[in-house]
Amino acid sequence: MPATDAAGGPVVELINVSRRFITPDGKSMTAIRDFNMSVARGEFVAVVGPTGCGKSTTLNLVTGLARPSSGEVRLFGQPVTDIDPRIGFAFQTDALFPWRSVIDNVVAGPLFRGKPRDEAYAKAREWLARVHLSGHETKYPHQLSGGMRKRVSLAQTFINEPQVLLMDEPFSALDVQTRVVMHEVLLNLWSEAKASVIFVTHDLEEAIALADKVYVLTAGPATVRAVYPVELPRPRVVSEIRYQEDFIALSRRIWDDLRAEVERGSGRDEARAA
Amino acid sequence: MTDAVLTTPTVFAPGTSDAEIEAAAAKAARNRRYKVLFWRWAILIAILGSWELGSRFGIIDEFFFSSPSAIWNRLVEWTIEGTSEGSLWLHLYVTMEEAVLGFAIGSITGVVVGIALGRNQMLADIFSIYIKVFNSIPRVVLAPIFIMIFGLGIGSKVALAFIMVFFVVFANAFQGVREADRNLMANAQILGARGWQLTRSVVIPSAMSWIFASLHVSFGFAIIGAIVGEFVGSRHGIGLLINIAKGTFDSAGMYAAIVVIMIVALAAEYLMTWVEGRLATWRPAPLQDQH
Repeated sequence: MPATDAAGGPVVELINVSRRFITPDGKSMTAIRDFNMSVARGEFVAVVGPTGCGKSTTLNLVTGLARPSSGEVRLFGQPVTDIDPRIGFAFQTDALFPWRSVIDNVVAGPLFRGKPRDEAYAKAREWLARVHLSGHETKYPHQLSGGMRKRVSLAQTFINEPQVLLMDEPFSALDVQTRVVMHEVLLNLWSEAKASVIFVTHDLEEAIALADKVYVLTAGPATVRAVYPVELPRPRVVSEIRYQEDFIALSRRIWDDLRAEVERGSGRDEARAA
Repeated sequence: MTDAVLTTPTVFAPGTSDAEIEAAAAKAARNRRYKVLFWRWAILIAILGSWELGSRFGIIDEFFFSSPSAIWNRLVEWTIEGTSEGSLWLHLYVTMEEAVLGFAIGSITGVVVGIALGRNQMLADIFSIYIKVFNSIPRVVLAPIFIMIFGLGIGSKVALAFIMVFFVVFANAFQGVREADRNLMANAQILGARGWQLTRSVVIPSAMSWIFASLHVSFGFAIIGAIVGEFVGSRHGIGLLINIAKGTFDSAGMYAAIVVIMIVALAAEYLMTWVEGRLATWRPAPLQDQH
């Protein structure tokens, strides 16, 4: 199991991290509080929690695009100071460059990082083949379907060979069938790349189907409510796993936990709106 | 059961096969195009015709409003024999030179300053007040000052065209930079873009549609700048022709000069649209030419 891989320490560590924002009207707001998380090499971690609880904030802290107000975020044992080149990020919304063709989107990372053009393009073609998009190189993003755009995004991210992959509800905008296909694509790429993944989602079934470990967060300010190991055997067939009994039992257990937070969160929203 | 369903001929009424529907749609589209064209020409002919007849029969005062035939004759005379001040082409060339130079310098500095201030919040906060103040000056009142400073030659007109163009392009470039998608910026940074790479690969392309929108209007502004400058004082240019025509009560000459400018401005507009279409092939179809 990748979770018990003993090669070195954890890849990503968040130690007692808190993050505060100043809202536009000048108030201080705590997004996450006393947050602890540890991701081992090659481990697939899913993070679920009520909407708006600060799930995405945890990812931004790992990228270095946001700084913790207190506590420490570590990558490979070192504190995060800048955007680390070993990180890849999959966005919730479309983050492809609309003015670039498919291949120019995929090739962006290597070119930014100073790879020679020939090498970069050869590699991009290889990655497009891996996500089954050969023949679409010269198309523009608006000419592709949502699922194809997501696959371009994955190729764009994976071509940099990230050792840590952060995913912020990457498939939430897709229809259910396409999402299941994307889950398979992702698991295949992940098992080849041996990257550590933090996958933020609000979809509990998606979290269990993909991950080794599921973090359940409290309603905002977010902190870890519980961590559930997922001991379903790999390789997994995402489209069928959801009908297995241990999957159902686990998802019921986690949901009982999560529901309490969702109700707490929405109760607070109503109180605030009233 | 299923067999019967499959073999039953279509329930569509006769004359509604795909090919027939497509043919009908194509025909309707063609008819619509002809109709639009017909009415465009009809309205043009009606206006010019009534203008011409009105001035022939004295309903419209030819002294002030001239007539289409007189304007046409003046245009022919100018192109073949030249104007009283020398060749029409020389005047047109001078005006275009002023407008194009002012446009080029104005739009380039507008884009550069717009992007610089758009990328730097501190600079933007400091300079925004000055830009507001300068922007509130009606540009044409600067014409006499520029003529005083730069003389009767081309310099004063280029300066006026520049000042007309700069603020429009600047405002759009600035706004375009501000509107750059934050997700795209974050994505480029995580993929490895740094400093200038980020500006070149995300900021400028996302500001491009804003910039182009401003370039469309601002070439017209550049022509206004050049011609107003020529009015106030010059030795060549279409503005001078209008000024001389005014001095000699030659209304046909004035309208003829306007027609010349109109043709040039239209041609520039088409050229700009064409260039934009070439540069923006990535955009969804509705913004491109309708094929």
